Amino acid sequence: MIERESAVHLLKKVVQESPADQTEAILLTEDSSLARFAGSAIHQHVAERNRTVILRVVLGKKITVVTTNIFLPSSLKKSVQRAISLAKVQQPNDEFISLSGPESLPEIETFSENISRLTPNHKGRMIKSMLRRAKEKGCQSAGAFSNGEVELAVFNSLGMEAYQRFSDLFLHLIVENEKSSGYASFVSRDPDQLDVDSLVQEAVGKTSREEPTQIEPGEYEVVLEPYAVSELLSFLGYLGFHALAVQEGRSFFSNRFGEKMVGEKVTVYDDGLDAEGLQVPFDFEGVPKKKVTFFDRGVAKEVTYDSFTAGREGKKSTGHGLIAPNTEGPIPINLFMKGGESSLEEMVKSVRRGIYVTRFHYANVVEPMKAVITGMTRDGTFLIEEGEIKRPVKNLRFTESILKALSRVTGISKNRRICSEGTVYSRRFVTGTVAPAIKIDGFNFSGVSAL
Amino acid sequence: MKELIQNILDLAKSKGAKYADVRIVRRQDEEVEVKNGKVEALTRDEDFGFGIRILFQGAWGFACSSKVTRGEMRTVFGKALKIAKASSKVKGKEVVFPSASPVVARYKTPISIDPFDVAPEAKLDLLLKADEILRRNKKVKISEAFSGSYKTEKTFASTEGSYIEQEIIECGAGISATAIEGGEIQVRSYPNSFRGNFATRGYEWVEKLALADQAERVAEEVSQLLSARPCPSKTTTLILDSSQLALQIHESIGHPIELDRILGTEASYAGTSFLKPEMVGHFKYGSELVNIVADATYPGGLGTFGYDDEGTKAQRVPIISRGILVNLLTSRETVHLLEKESNGTMRADGWNRIPLIRMTNINLEPGEWTLEQMIADTEDGLLLTTNRSWSIDDKRINFQFGAEVGREIKNGKLGEMVKNPTYTGITPKFWNSCDAIANRDHWQMWGTPNCGKGEPGQVAHVGHGTAPARFRNVQAGVMKA
Repeated sequence: MIERESAVHLLKKVVQESPADQTEAILLTEDSSLARFAGSAIHQHVAERNRTVILRVVLGKKITVVTTNIFLPSSLKKSVQRAISLAKVQQPNDEFISLSGPESLPEIETFSENISRLTPNHKGRMIKSMLRRAKEKGCQSAGAFSNGEVELAVFNSLGMEAYQRFSDLFLHLIVENEKSSGYASFVSRDPDQLDVDSLVQEAVGKTSREEPTQIEPGEYEVVLEPYAVSELLSFLGYLGFHALAVQEGRSFFSNRFGEKMVGEKVTVYDDGLDAEGLQVPFDFEGVPKKKVTFFDRGVAKEVTYDSFTAGREGKKSTGHGLIAPNTEGPIPINLFMKGGESSLEEMVKSVRRGIYVTRFHYANVVEPMKAVITGMTRDGTFLIEEGEIKRPVKNLRFTESILKALSRVTGISKNRRICSEGTVYSRRFVTGTVAPAIKIDGFNFSGVSAL
Repeated sequence: MKELIQNILDLAKSKGAKYADVRIVRRQDEEVEVKNGKVEALTRDEDFGFGIRILFQGAWGFACSSKVTRGEMRTVFGKALKIAKASSKVKGKEVVFPSASPVVARYKTPISIDPFDVAPEAKLDLLLKADEILRRNKKVKISEAFSGSYKTEKTFASTEGSYIEQEIIECGAGISATAIEGGEIQVRSYPNSFRGNFATRGYEWVEKLALADQAERVAEEVSQLLSARPCPSKTTTLILDSSQLALQIHESIGHPIELDRILGTEASYAGTSFLKPEMVGHFKYGSELVNIVADATYPGGLGTFGYDDEGTKAQRVPIISRGILVNLLTSRETVHLLEKESNGTMRADGWNRIPLIRMTNINLEPGEWTLEQMIADTEDGLLLTTNRSWSIDDKRINFQFGAEVGREIKNGKLGEMVKNPTYTGITPKFWNSCDAIANRDHWQMWGTPNCGKGEPGQVAHVGHGTAPARFRNVQAGVMKA
């Protein structure tokens, strides 16, 4: 860890060296570890220490971004010079208004000192215990257990100064017997919240000794666990919940604000400050997080902004800027779906003939404006008949509009859980979605697995 | 640098490690992204660091850092050793890691023009010109052009005495046009979707793509798609163009043949495979026409290199011969199960990742048909071009793909354009239904720069050489309206 004082000092120095009209410097540090296990062994256990400066310079309306993880003074100086020389040949972007100025930031704790307890030996012991408990239930296990310490600091020439340190851990577990598999996952900033026994119990509870039967594709009532719901919400976030998608006319929200687009039980929002999620006080531009409600009792309400998309409309950023240059838009990373009054058990009881889905796998967009996606079920798919989970079924492919599906929501659980894949393909910044279980009266399955 | 590395390797030996390797990797990226006439991104990244992998008491440990100094290397070595010791208490079976003869070598991607010597202005001009042509068509609401240049310099050294230096250069570019009308989005791209086509070549590759020359056609096709009929829902004959077939190979052959997936080490994330090691030698993966090779030596392929990240030389190996599965993608640790030698596919996404079994260039060997003959020989079917979406289950057996554009084939002739074409199938059934593959004249290499696998996430750059091919009795038109 670099710590606040050194981080700000470093970024300040970099920004002061820049002759640009506006300069922003972001520091991201990571000290993390991840162990993967399968069968009865840890087959991979890695540790990483990295730190990166992302430098955005603005010359008039010409913007460039240079990134480096070489922290020698000469390298940082060279990065500033490189950014300036690139900016000189860049085309101006007239729609750019300004980087964000300083604002008072929420003070929240996002770091648990207990994270340091997760040494390789400690994690090894916890994994060994999980493997043993699953084996006692006749299951093999596979999964990943990761912990990290991350610092995010943002400093810009308008006086923005933001620093926060985060701890995080995530664990996902798949258990498998000869007939089926089950899943459970955990994510938190505090390792004391982790209860590996209950995770094993949850995952094992999704397995069955019965041969899964094949059912015909078609439209079924479904009960989706929070894992599956969170995946649907993440796709909505990517496709349409942000200003860039609306401004480009490619969001399902385009020209539909104020319209009831999904069922009135459905309220979906983003809130970086809600303690039930993985709290983040400010975005990658240093702007404090604001709560943004996308669907308010089914009605399309608002979207997220970063400084660029907000500047286009003369608005203020909602604190959803991602790492520059972000051409995907201010995609929300702290999604929530409001809980209801029901429970998983009650929802299952209300199904005459339907499918229980634990989670989805490898979903992808088929038709963006209608939010149609396709994917497979995985790790716990069951037939529900007359209000009871009857038997496991072979995994099913779904091809469905998320908006249509959310129009048919007839039950939402009171309890929610935070779901996260945990891992990302670039710099570590663990995010999560807080979702309830839901019941949908009509969800389209278009195919069935051959296995 | 050599001395720093040697110090660590000596230390590893002195501590009793069975094996250790050190990789020092420096990467430079330059990307330019133009959207609607504006340069949305002009970026330059540099990334530098080292990773140490140790096999100790039958288990692996890996640690890495971006601070490349003598002191930090010793600290990181200590961490890797500690991890290996902890893992050795939860190791199941001992890791089997056959020894290898030392290799001292250098490899450099052969190029004509170093992309980092090309002025950024020239890159901007090329993209802005293509983008401007796209926008001349009023139906185009989002025009995009992209180019990327990548240089990776890596040094690999092991306790076996290997010392390998490589410099790999990659370039890629592409354009796309998005038309939006009446709540509908259509996209056309060139030369491929998702940013273009990529190769281990110099900037000459980008120039040769001649993006501006194709922009008018791309814009015209996307505007036509808005008024095209939806793809019919039926079981039919499909001809896939070579770029769509490249992704079909990637998802339904490339991933299932990774031996680490088959052994379950990706189970908790990307999934496993419907294949088992014992299926090698007799499983009928496809029809007799289907010949697949893993070729890390093909000039210009995005999965082309000199040596993998555990020091094994790049190879060309048959994977499917006359429809029969004959080999898998392997590493030194996994290959003993097949009683063969590693075919050199262990690659890491930078200094901060461990090597995993990754695709190289997984190529479908050409057949004897021309595309025209194939169409003329098809009574009723669809020709699908350029991937738009993909999805496949965790065993890699049930897939569904969408393409940017389809054309009906009626009585041996290309007919109407259809929009939102999709198809779905079961992997071996699909490949066994292949009854025609186009010849070498239609064969082309496609670079896939976004192959995800592993935890922490790794993105590999891989290639697929293909020619268009025909498949019978495929379910098309699975879109939910």
